[in-house]
Amino acid sequence: MNSFSILIGGKAGFGIDKSGSIIASLATQLGYRLYVYRDYPSLIRGGHTFSIIRLSRKRIAAHEKKVDIILALNQDTINLHKEKLKENSIIIYDSDTVKAEGLKAGNQLVAVPLGKIMKDENAPEIMRNTCIIGALAKTIGIGWDVLDSVLRKEITKEIDLNLKVARRGYDESKELVKIEPLNQNRLPLFTGNEAIGLGLIKGGLKTYIAYPMTPSSPLLHFLANLADTFSLKVIHPENEIAVILMALGFAYAGEKTAIGTSGGGFCLMTEGLSFSAMAELPITIMVSQRPGPSTGLPTYSSQTELHFVLNAGQGEFPRFIVAPGDPEEAYFWSRVALNISWKYQIPSFILSDKNLGEGTYSFDMSLVKELKEEAPLLWDRKAPYKRYLRTETGVSPLTFPSDKDAIIKANSYEHDEYGITTEDPIETTKMHDKRLRKEIYVSEELEHYETVKVHGKRDAATALLCWGSNKGVSVEVAEILGLKVIQPIALSPFPIKQFKDALRGVKKLIAVENNATGQLVRLVSSFGLKVDKKILKYDGRPFTLDELQEVL
Amino acid sequence: MSPVRNLGTYAQNTWCPGCGNFAILNAIKSVLSTLADEGLPLENCVLVSGIGCHAKIVDYINVNSLYSIHGRVFPPAAGIKLARPELKVIGFAGDGDAYGEGLEHLIFSAKRNIDITAIIHNNRVYGLTTGQYTPTSPLGFKGRSTPLGTAELPINPLELMLASGATYIARGTSHGLELLKKIFKEAILHKGFSLVDVLQVCVTYYDMYEYYDKRIYELKDHNPNDYDQALNKIREWDYNNDAPIALGVFYKKEAPTFGDRFLRSKDETIDRESKLREIIKA
Repeated sequence: MNSFSILIGGKAGFGIDKSGSIIASLATQLGYRLYVYRDYPSLIRGGHTFSIIRLSRKRIAAHEKKVDIILALNQDTINLHKEKLKENSIIIYDSDTVKAEGLKAGNQLVAVPLGKIMKDENAPEIMRNTCIIGALAKTIGIGWDVLDSVLRKEITKEIDLNLKVARRGYDESKELVKIEPLNQNRLPLFTGNEAIGLGLIKGGLKTYIAYPMTPSSPLLHFLANLADTFSLKVIHPENEIAVILMALGFAYAGEKTAIGTSGGGFCLMTEGLSFSAMAELPITIMVSQRPGPSTGLPTYSSQTELHFVLNAGQGEFPRFIVAPGDPEEAYFWSRVALNISWKYQIPSFILSDKNLGEGTYSFDMSLVKELKEEAPLLWDRKAPYKRYLRTETGVSPLTFPSDKDAIIKANSYEHDEYGITTEDPIETTKMHDKRLRKEIYVSEELEHYETVKVHGKRDAATALLCWGSNKGVSVEVAEILGLKVIQPIALSPFPIKQFKDALRGVKKLIAVENNATGQLVRLVSSFGLKVDKKILKYDGRPFTLDELQEVL
Repeated sequence: MSPVRNLGTYAQNTWCPGCGNFAILNAIKSVLSTLADEGLPLENCVLVSGIGCHAKIVDYINVNSLYSIHGRVFPPAAGIKLARPELKVIGFAGDGDAYGEGLEHLIFSAKRNIDITAIIHNNRVYGLTTGQYTPTSPLGFKGRSTPLGTAELPINPLELMLASGATYIARGTSHGLELLKKIFKEAILHKGFSLVDVLQVCVTYYDMYEYYDKRIYELKDHNPNDYDQALNKIREWDYNNDAPIALGVFYKKEAPTFGDRFLRSKDETIDRESKLREIIKA
């Protein structure tokens, strides 16, 4: 068995999400590598929510359209996902509310009277989840003791009643397929948002500021919950304008600060972004992409903000943009982004999306490269302090209030070295040059990182070009079809040298993107490079493995 | 009293002769100087300004400063204060900045009772953009964007601040240096969000010196700890009618600040690395 997929579905508010995590934990206990895709509408109660939990012996970061098991907590789950069933798929369903009709002849049915069991045990509705998970565990051959220990770990409230209900479900079913335990280490599960948060903490984050906006809010919630553990200041102010401006106040005072939002919130931040560039106040911005224009599809995914973050903000200034493709890259590059923003006093972007941010993955720390800690350039106290001292690299040494030997004047206007406003033409030109030449040194530094990754069959003549969360599906398809994959991670300054190296030997380049116009294609075209074909998907949903394979 | 320190810079002052901003500049320099003599290290002060004529004040004072953007004085001021609670953060904003473009930040600063000072250069006209109406211009104000007169009433910013939770609310004018000094000093030393609305006259686009001089009076027998009295006095002049204009401290209250509550649990001695390892291993 290469991989195995379980879909659990029901109404929003049923606890589908939590059930997905419990199932993922169960599979983790058996040594499997996990990827969980979460699909939910923009509402609080009702609608249709589902998670697909895919497990595999090998690392995965994509899901398949076809599933092996459906857990149906309501009728919609069967009606909406029937086409995902294979000939021999299993359906575990609530026989009190769901009719298992119109299925394939080979489908095996496990009927669990969830309503009756809840009534017998005097258990609340929400525990239907635990009950159906009990039935699942038995169906796929997981021992009661394993389930018992996972539930004790995952559920904090009313564990005894939960266990009782799970046992009832467990006893209703019988083993239909055996998920064999694997003899390999267990890996922790993290979402992309969590990996970004941990990477920022590793990089020395002191403050995180955000206004809630799907799909970036889970990072806000994650860090807010860790605020005491890491002595973080996590703040939710009045709007995104305040978010970035408040963060710049923290930066002025010397605190490493990150902010997070999605496209619409980032619209409000652009004046602050431009201010950060002029005043050279370091800031790290996590932008989690969702489909637009405007409100678009709030709870779905896209890759439509690349050119927005590349060009946002009035004036001309350097910026660092990184688009990690999985949680390990998210962890590593979030740390790099924070460091680069401080080392060069420029804005850094972590460009994520709903699929990466809210997808759950097995996290393998052994794949994360070591990184040496770098302190920002500090004032040596020799000459009188000038906040905007012009140096060879364009980076001026920092000091912070309350340094009694320095007066620190930061300014959104064009300014002289001391920070006093100027409109002088010579001074203006010199200051522009100072800020812009930092990009040369950022580019040079990026040469030391693997900014363009190559996966799959390295000598193949056909290569897939992908970025961000499409990495997982592209790599897996390429391995099946014998293709090469080129994945630029740093997108500004664009690592053109590494990118051209990666292109060597490639005759046909096929871009795979979650947008309608091919945004990475447009970026690489600006360097005179040709992309032969674009595979674009812009319905808010990620490519599934089978889907991308078929198109190719 | 020791002489006023030289807190000037080499920046050339470009305000119009007679501009009300000079009074604010002189008053704040004098107050900073006095505070320094009384033991407040000036390196512990950070000045923040927005955009407009008022904002140039940070170029003219040789103290730490962040010259922010239009309407965005108070969010960075809050960030600086939360990062370094020992700092005194003084925000200067125009009426366009504070009561227009960035009104939400002003309300939220008051709501949080964040321990910063807001000094509003309220000349009731946009000066640097050459004479348009502002949120506090009277009904019918004829500006370059409203040649036939505005069709909207001004807001009373002090009433708004009282309703929003500001814990120190005062008003002065640019024709009253001694009162300004007294209020500025009190506002800076007040623990919590303090706002001083300064009726600062723009001699070029809206010269109100004569108008104000006829109507202003200093508050006497007023108890600033009494919310109802404060509200009544604040409502006496609504920035539109021809009522007497009270100056002085309208309202003052001791209350916990955002920083007091928010920063309580922060412990800088935490071993982050081991905690991070624990989470990643789990």
